[in-house]
Parts: sequence; structure tokens; C-alpha cells
Amino acid sequence: MHWVDYLRPRTLDECLRAFAEHGANARALAGGTDLLVQMRVGRRTNGVLVDMKAVPELTELRYDALEGLTLGAAVPCYRVYGDEKVRQTYPGLIDTVEMIGGTQIQGRASVGGNLCNSAPSADAVPALIALRATCRIASTAGWREVPVEDFCTAPGRNVLRETEILVSLRLPPPPEGFGACYLRFIPRNEMDIAVAGAGVSVKLADGVFEDGRVALASVAPTPLLVEEAGAALRGQRVGREAVARAAAAAKAAARPITDMRGTAAYRRNLCEVLTRRALERAVQRAGGTLG
Amino acid sequence: MSTATIDPVRAKAAAATASGNGAGSQNGYEPNMVLATKTFDVVGTRPVRHDGTDKVTGRALYGADVLLPGTLHGAVLRSPHAHARIRSIDTSAAESMDGVFAVVTAEDLPPAEDKIVDVGEGDTRLSYVHGNVLAAGKVLYQGHAVAGIAAASPHLALEAASAIKVEYEPLPSSMTAPEAMQPAAELLHEDLYTKEFGERSQAPSNVAEHVQWTKGDAADGFAHSEVVVERTFDTATVHQGYIEPHNVTALWNHDGRLHIWCSTQGAFVVRDVTAKILEIPVSNVKVTPMEIGGGFGGKIPVYFEPVAALLSKKTGRPVKFVMSREDVFVGTGPTAGSHVRVKIGASADGKIHAMEAMLAYEAGAYPGSFVIPGGMCIFAAYDCANVAIDCYDVVVNKPSCAAYRAPGAPQAAFAAEQVVDEVAAKIGMDPVAFRLLNAAKEGTRRADGPKFRRIGCEEVLEAIKSHPHYQAPLEGPNRGRGVAVGFWFNVGLESSCTLHVNTNGTVHLVEGSTDIGGTRTSIAMQAAEVLGIPAEDILPEVVDTDSVGFTSVTGGSRTTFATGWAAHDAAQKVVAEMKARAAKLWSLDPGQVEHAKGVYSANGRSIAFQELAAQSSRTGGPVSATATVKPRGVGGSFSANLVDVEVDPETGKVDILRFTAFQDVGKAVHPSYVEGQMQGGSVQGIGWALNEEYYMGDDGTMINSTLLDYRMPTSLDLPMIDTCIVEVANPGHPFGVRGVGEANIVPPTPAIANAIHDAVGIRMQRLPMNPPAIWSAVEKSRSS
Repeated sequence: MHWVDYLRPRTLDECLRAFAEHGANARALAGGTDLLVQMRVGRRTNGVLVDMKAVPELTELRYDALEGLTLGAAVPCYRVYGDEKVRQTYPGLIDTVEMIGGTQIQGRASVGGNLCNSAPSADAVPALIALRATCRIASTAGWREVPVEDFCTAPGRNVLRETEILVSLRLPPPPEGFGACYLRFIPRNEMDIAVAGAGVSVKLADGVFEDGRVALASVAPTPLLVEEAGAALRGQRVGREAVARAAAAAKAAARPITDMRGTAAYRRNLCEVLTRRALERAVQRAGGTLG
Repeated sequence: MSTATIDPVRAKAAAATASGNGAGSQNGYEPNMVLATKTFDVVGTRPVRHDGTDKVTGRALYGADVLLPGTLHGAVLRSPHAHARIRSIDTSAAESMDGVFAVVTAEDLPPAEDKIVDVGEGDTRLSYVHGNVLAAGKVLYQGHAVAGIAAASPHLALEAASAIKVEYEPLPSSMTAPEAMQPAAELLHEDLYTKEFGERSQAPSNVAEHVQWTKGDAADGFAHSEVVVERTFDTATVHQGYIEPHNVTALWNHDGRLHIWCSTQGAFVVRDVTAKILEIPVSNVKVTPMEIGGGFGGKIPVYFEPVAALLSKKTGRPVKFVMSREDVFVGTGPTAGSHVRVKIGASADGKIHAMEAMLAYEAGAYPGSFVIPGGMCIFAAYDCANVAIDCYDVVVNKPSCAAYRAPGAPQAAFAAEQVVDEVAAKIGMDPVAFRLLNAAKEGTRRADGPKFRRIGCEEVLEAIKSHPHYQAPLEGPNRGRGVAVGFWFNVGLESSCTLHVNTNGTVHLVEGSTDIGGTRTSIAMQAAEVLGIPAEDILPEVVDTDSVGFTSVTGGSRTTFATGWAAHDAAQKVVAEMKARAAKLWSLDPGQVEHAKGVYSANGRSIAFQELAAQSSRTGGPVSATATVKPRGVGGSFSANLVDVEVDPETGKVDILRFTAFQDVGKAVHPSYVEGQMQGGSVQGIGWALNEEYYMGDDGTMINSTLLDYRMPTSLDLPMIDTCIVEVANPGHPFGVRGVGEANIVPPTPAIANAIHDAVGIRMQRLPMNPPAIWSAVEKSRSS
């Protein structure tokens, strides 16, 4: 029989000390929608579960016009899409929190947990990358910030050291002419894992793409920021040609494998299709037209 | 609600204006087409189901709810290899763990005698059943049970399973029928020879049986055909996907009696097969069938029931097993993957002159792929003079196949109905008109021998033509409409039923058919019809094997047909007895008493059933009657689908826009449950068509053994399934019942394939037609 210890720290300080003490043996428990399933099938047998949900910094959800959005790592999806201000300001984030799991799962599952689980297929991660989110990481030794695109290092692995935790995500306030979107493809209409996903954002000014970002899910060992796709947009007239070039760049950058969810060739094709469709939607959200 | 009486001759005209039949029309769905010529008082109405309250409130008891005092919990150790020799099994470490009570392996089973055993829907060699329960000598598939453990908790049992050391010598494996049929393929069974035309092959083989049927001269028929189409099709292994995993609790009592509680479609099959495997008298085994959370044919075989029994015998305690979903996928029978070649020839006027098929199905580890019923059904909808059909039953290194809703027929229809469509298109005929022109009818002889009695193939096709869906415009790019027809025989087998009349005029109905899809009620309604009392006044109960006469499986669409017939016969005996009771009251001869609609009368006097029941003590004591049946007169069922799809050619995703299921059910005893069966079969067919498959790794292990990755459709993937009940009464049944559970899963896969072809011009020859497959076919057709 496998027994686990359970800790429920009430302050960030207490929480960080728990990780300092237990190190590799400690496992952060937010919604548990990945962790408990992994424990049940025997993939994780760690000794100490640290429940993050009583730490104020991890359950904070706050929007500030200057600082942007502070999204505590243990805030469940339903709070994100239930917040009217966040809905209006970050539709590209809402795309993912409404997509992850069913209603019951959304009551527990967190965006921070989705990132820390570091699955290549994580739906929230390409959206966070497109939104230029950064990770606020802490340990008893202090704080550091890491852009989301640099957070994941391999399937199930990330930059967190044994004693560190993800405290929150910070999303900058969207500038004028900004639009974002996340689309994924699944064979069914629900209850599935992305065969491929594309999170994009654009900033439009005077009929030109001033900026653009494209990130992909499920087509590489980690979520992938495609710099070439952004470059294909930047400085170009807002139109189908630039979108098509960005989509082609996304397809070229994808490094998928063949598995039960799809072949490599099929996934590369999906990167192009999803990037194009997501960009079309993002342009629309930014108030632009493709002509 | 009563059903309209419509003369079949006027059916077409009536269909256009058909109205008011049931819940459908109220919700904006198309109404059913009812062609039966007879109406009844209870049969054909929609009473609330007797078990409804318990099911809705969660009080109904399932196998997992059984927990006797002192129960031990079981786990099964399963093979990680698709094919391997077992060199040794060391259970000592597991047996010495705290909380572990006993371990059993194949060595604990009595040696398998070489004899034939009835396993519910046919016979097989006892040694095969035996070998599947616990592997001896070799493991034949990943998931093959190797040992059973009884421990103080389910967790301990699982840990003990992982402490058993098995030394395997892996062997080459075959995953498909064509692979296993290669002469160089590794043999699964050294003692398996091909049964062919009444003879046994010289050398052992993975082909268990080759059956051939011919009618007329196919070569001559093709020579006289202006259009000939030949194609080859493959379908993946799929699982029935019942929500409730298998479970069992066994108690081997100190008096030598064995009591088993389980989720099964056939309590008597569990009793008989378990008794044979354990070599104890059937009279020493009592099986209590619990409520069942789906079976579809997959809960007919016996898996861990004998293992639980042996562990109970060893420990003196009740032993309970509940499978995980992964156990269900890898350890229980899916249905066969298939390889089918079909060739059809027709003249320019649309008449089919020749049909030829070769079917090779994967039986899994032991013979019995249901390829033979597949071959019997493949061209059943057509009246063709020249037919040749070859069937091959092939063992492969996958779980041993179980029945799955019209077992064998959907794989055959996927092939045949696409070729039929293509021939019709080449001739330039409407696909329904082409099928009607060639439709089987009363007197048509199938290639496998039997001549059809009254059947509803033409009526089902006419119903499509008359349905508003058929005329509805289908606009927009990448949209298409498809049609297909399918057949299933249905079966009769044996049933028993007892009625006990209560003094308040209600009647207890005792039967042995596991209730799947509302059969308690459909059986009770037939007794109520005969007795002339409301369905609600019959109180049906499914009981254990000690408490009712032998009853075959709930399967083969037989329960409403056959157990309903037993209820009909028992009710007739009650009527006869009640006549005698009335006669006694009135001092008349029983022959003078008439019965109609629950009222007994003679010479101007009359008494209602309820009042007569109240007098039973004065007229001779309790009134009870039992009837047993083994009915002939089984009526086969034809089913058809009309389906609209939209294909996204960039992603390969198929959306089902509209789906209408048509089926000749003979007589719909409870139309709501009939509609439910038609919808259920359609949904399973849609899953089979679009996404479901055993995704196997190169080493022959199943990779997607979860409901996340084995993609059955969710409610969000489906439109409302419209139903059109067609009733061509079965002359062989008192109420015209044919049976409705199975034929509806036959046409969906080809109907969807035909719709995809109509939408984007690609011919899908492999199931599942999942997004990557559709996308790559679209790409291929564009580049060529």
C-alpha cells in the first residue's frame, strides 16, 4: 500500500518552507486533475502532497490596467471565465479555460497546473505564450521570472527546481489593436486531447500587422513558439497573404510524431489550418478585416 | 397512446401525412411509420417502466454494490505480451504478503476435457473457454488472464498481482486475419486444424474454419453484367463499450453450493459454463443476475466467475472482482476486425446478376469470430440468382471475440453496401430505387439456404422514400447524403415465465431474462395484453437461476420475442384458470365462460379480473401459471439509415448533420424502448464508423485502452437520431414481434461512408474513417 502525506500551508512562506524541506519528494496539488489521475495509475508515488489552494498568492485573480492580469497558479478555470473583466480583456485566454475539461473539471483545474504538468498538448500554454505571459517563480531563496515559452523543457518537465513553485502568471494588459485566439483540433467535439493546437495573437495598426505571435501545442516535445510565423506577419499588410505565410511557417516549424492521436503529416497539416483559422479570428477580435 | 392502424397497401400515402405517434412528433422529430394492421390495448402503448424509479434514484443494485460480510477482493494478473510461452509462474512472494489469502493459476482448474459446451449464442470447445479463463502453457494476447488473487483489499490484490513472477518466452504474433493466414505465421494453437467442407486440414492452421455457400453461377452472372464493381475493405477491432465493467462475487459455501452474483446477459450461461469448467453439477450453482449496465453481447462469456469461485473455495470467504476499464478493453471480448472483398455485377437496367464475397474475420485468441453470420447477412437484402460467399474464421493474437450487436453483420455491410452504392451510381440509378428493384422479399432464398418468410425489406426501403428526410434539400459545400440497408436474423432459444395472481388483482411476473433496454416492461405488457389488465398491474422481477425455469441469454434480439411469448402463454393459462374460477362461482361449465379485456362473462353475468382474483381463496386457492417456450417463427429484421454529413476537407472531420434510422420491428411492444434501441444501435454504429478502434503498438499491445483515447461518440458528437418504426408483423409471433436490438447497428458504417463519398468524392475502404484517414484520402484524390 502506498501512503501519502498531505500538507495544507496557509501562507506562501509556509508553502515555500515545505518545498525547501521535502524537495523532490513534494508534489504541488492544485486542482489535482492531472496529479491524482497519475497517482492512481501508478505514474507518481511521491510522499508529500502540498495543497496549494489555501495560499493567498496562489489563488489571486486580479486585473490592473497598468500591470495587467495576475493569475494565481491555483486559480481554477471557472473563476477565470467567470470574471467579467477578464472575459472582456483576454478572450484568447478564455478560449482555453472554457475548453479544458468539462464543467466539473473546470471547477478544480488551474491554468498554472496545466503549465506545471508540462504536457506538450496543454491547451493553456500556447495561449499564454501568445499573450506574452510570464511565470513568477519563488523559493525560500527568492523570486525569479521566466517567460512561459521558456518554462517547459521536455514532456512533463520544466525549469522549476525541486524547491521552487510557480506562484502566479502575469499577463500584460492588451495594447490597442490587439487580438488573440486559441484553436485546437480533436476528433470528437469534447473530452479529448489536442491532436494539434495553435495559440496566436496580433497587434494591428493602420492596416498593418505591427506584431504577431504563434505558438503550437502537441507538435513538439514542448509547446512551441514559432518565431518565423511572427516574423512573417510583422510589418505586413493585414490580409490573407500574410496569414497564409505565417501558417506555412507554423507548419514548417512543427516537429510532430505519429501516435494514436494522429500521424506526423496530418499534424503538420493541422498546424497550417489551425494557425490560419486562429489568426483570422484574432484579426477579427482586434477589429481588423482580412479583406 | 394508441398507434394508428394503417393498411400496408396505403402505407406510402399514409406516410406523407402520418401523425401523432408518440413523443417524437411533439419534439419536432419525424413521426414513425406504422404499418401493422392490428392494434392492441397494452401492446404498442408507452407505460412507465417498472424499474424506472430504482434506476433514476440510484437504488437499483448492480454487481459492484454486492458486499457480503467477510468479502475478499480479487485482482487478475494479465499477460503483457501478445503471444508468449509461459516458462514458469512463481506465486510465492505474492502468497506470503500480509493480507493476501490465496492465488490461483490454470493449474488449480480441473483439466479441460475435450468436449463441446454451449456458451450462450452457440457452441465451442470447453478447452477454449477454459484457456481463456486462465492461460495454460501460452498466453495468446496482451491481457490474457494468468493468475487470480484474493486479498483483504483491492489495492493489496493489485500489489500481490505485481509480485507474481512470470517468466515468458515471447513468440511472433499475428494481429490481422490476412497476417495470421500466411503459411509462415506462428501458430496460436498447435491442435487447431481448418474445418473445411466437412473435412479437417492436413496441417494445423490459424484458420479455424472455411465455409462456402454458392447459389446459381456467379461467373455466369458477372458475364451477363454491364457494370461490375469489386473492392476490398478492412475494419478495426472495436469494443461494445458498455459503461459498467464486468464484476462478480462468488461464495463457495461449506455445503458445496456455489452462489455467484454478477453482471451478465445470461445467468444460466454463467451457471452452466462455470459448472462445466469446475466440474461440479449445475444444480450446485446458483447465479443471481444483478442489474446490468450494458452488455451488447459482451456480457455473455464467462471470464473471472470460475476464478472467483476457486478463490472462494480456497479461502472459505466470498471473493469479489470488479474490472477496471483497461481490464475490460484488454481482457474481454471485443468484436472482430475484418478483411472483406466484395464484387457485384448488374445490368444497365439496374438488375443485380451476381454477388461474390470473401470474408476473413479475426476471432481473437480462440475460434469464433462471427464471420459465418456475417456471411449469411452480407447479401441478405438482395434477391440475386448468382451468389458465392466464402467465410474464414481466423485466430489472431487479440482478445477472444465476443458477440456485439448483430455480431458479424456490420463488418459485412460496410463492404457490401458501399459496393451496392457504387454500382447504382455507375448505372445512374437512385440508391434507394436500385435497392428496391433488387430487394429480398417473401420467398427469396438466401445463398446460405433459408428461404425468407414474410420480411420487411421492401417496406423499410419504401419508408425511406416516403420520409421527409429523403426529400429535404441538402445545401452547402462538402455535404453529402448516404443510405444503406442491413439485416439480422434474430434468434428464438428458450425462455420461462411464471405468473402469480395476487388477491388485489395485480400479478407478479417472474422471469430469467436480464433486463436490457426495458424488457421487464415489454414482457409484462404482453402478459397484461392477454389478461386484459393495465401494464402497471403486472409486477415483473428478474430472479436467480434457482427461482425460475431455464432461460437463454438476453441476446439475439430474443427477449421481448421469446420471454414475452412465455409470458403470453403463462397469461393464457391464467385466463383459462380464471374462466374455471368464474364458472365455479356461477356453477357453470368453464366452457361457458367468455373472456374479453379482463372481464369474464357468461349468461349475462360478468366479473372483472380484479374481483375474480379477490375470490381466489373461495374458488380453489392461489392462481399461478408457468409457461416455457422454445419458439420457432423467429422473424428477421431489416434496418436502414439515411444520413447527412458535412466533411471538413482541411481537417478530415466528419459532422453528422442528420440521421434517420428505419427498422422493421414486426410489432413495437413499447415504442419508446424500440426507438431507444434504434438510437442506441445507430450511435454505436456512428462510433464504429468514425473513431473507434483498438490502436495497437508494434508489439501487439493495445495503446488506447482508456475511454479518453478509445473514442466513443459523446452526446456533443451526435445529432438527434430520428427513428421511423416500420411494422411488418411477424406471422410467427402472437403479437407480430420480430426483435429490435441488433439490426440497427448494421447500416450506419456504410451509410456514413456513402454520405462521405457523396460529400467529397472519396471511397473509404477502411474503418475507422477518422480525421487523419479522411484528410489523407482527400489529399490523395486531389493530387490524382
